[in-house]
Amino acid sequence: MISYIYTLLPSMADGLIITLEIFFLTLILSIPLGIIVSIGRLSEIKFLFKITEFYIWVMRGTPLMLQIVFIFFGLPIVGIAFDRFTAVLIAFVLNYGAYFGEIFRGGMESIDKGQYEAAKVLGLTSYKTFIRIILPQMFKVVLPSIANEVITLVKDTSLVYVVGIGELLRAGKIASNRDVSLIPLALVGIIYLLLTAIFTEIFNKIEKRYSYYE
Amino acid sequence: MILEVDGLNKSFGRKQVLKDISFTLETGEILAIIGPSGAGKTTMLRCINSLEKCDNGTIKIDGSYLCKDYNNKSIYASSEEMKFIRKKVGLVFQNYNLFPHMSVIENIVEAPINVFGVSKNEAKDKALQLLNTMGLEDKINSYPFELSGGQKQRVAIARACALEPKLMCLDEPTSALDPELREEIAGIIEKLVDNGMSILIITHDMVFAKRIANKIIFMEDGRIVHEGKKAEFFNNYEDDRIRKFIAL
Repeated sequence: MISYIYTLLPSMADGLIITLEIFFLTLILSIPLGIIVSIGRLSEIKFLFKITEFYIWVMRGTPLMLQIVFIFFGLPIVGIAFDRFTAVLIAFVLNYGAYFGEIFRGGMESIDKGQYEAAKVLGLTSYKTFIRIILPQMFKVVLPSIANEVITLVKDTSLVYVVGIGELLRAGKIASNRDVSLIPLALVGIIYLLLTAIFTEIFNKIEKRYSYYE
Repeated sequence: MILEVDGLNKSFGRKQVLKDISFTLETGEILAIIGPSGAGKTTMLRCINSLEKCDNGTIKIDGSYLCKDYNNKSIYASSEEMKFIRKKVGLVFQNYNLFPHMSVIENIVEAPINVFGVSKNEAKDKALQLLNTMGLEDKINSYPFELSGGQKQRVAIARACALEPKLMCLDEPTSALDPELREEIAGIIEKLVDNGMSILIITHDMVFAKRIANKIIFMEDGRIVHEGKKAEFFNNYEDDRIRKFIAL
């Protein structure tokens, strides 16, 4: 059996690389998008507020798989075509940006109004107040929710199979069908568990680092 | 004259919270504003610190107009002038509003470095000096949550002092302190005056007002009911409202 597992590893590794690529690119792009979305959501400019509200409603209100299908198969009908990987990435970033946006909004709203006022009295510009006073405090508040989303994202990456991208779960399924065995799927499960264990540990470390103040 | 307020009015919706407020504060004076809750004291303080915009009236700080009444409407200074005027006024909030994610020294050097471009070393030296006079030299690297109420307040005062304001405003400075600490904060305020600052204090604490102020303003229902020297105020037994309030 060990030697059988050994033969599975190359295709699993290929799948894992795709999974991790989608995972990291989504994180790197959707967190800044989330910050922008949360600012729009807190904006006093009615147009910005309405547009972000609509965006969040659509992104949270429809399945991620549908969004992937829509962007890859639907948009070409109106002349906007992306390759598989780009289409998937756009769907993931837009979807996660909406969730992160709502998390950040909650985090920012939890910051005491007095913090803004103290910054104002000291003469800090609203940009500096946001970067130096609000964001650092907000990140501490939202860390547990972000960790939750990150774990979900690890598993959501498996959805990309709908456009035929060979990520980890798909690699396992192919091997499972070919060899009429559940071992490849069990292996896939173990790899997901290891990934989430690693990210959980990383977030625990970050939370610890932020616990220097109350 | 460090502060001149003339004909200040402010409403929140239909409720008028400041009604034709006028007073002056001489340089080096300590003015205590007292009165029951809801009298408009804090709103007035917030107007002077431009956290709230008044509807009409004039506020002049150290010769510069923060806002000027024009055709019964307050016209505010440009944002460039505002930065300059704001630097002349320091505010110590009732709940201090320290930045919880920054150490004591970081709280103090934040504005000098990031607003006024003071060099890191210079800002730090100044902060250490301030912390020394406040008796906080052993708390430099502590975080706000590790400090007692009195210590937090002194950090808040040091943070405001770091910008070398000419007028220092304190909102209810004794409300969260043990009575023994009153004397300590009074000592610190007197030190500020020795260094050339003028002080505006909002307080409920009659003992404290009597201890520290030169001049007292009594506010009620958005109006100034009485304005005068301290002795004058505390001997003013004719006015029923004041007598009642002093007796509290």
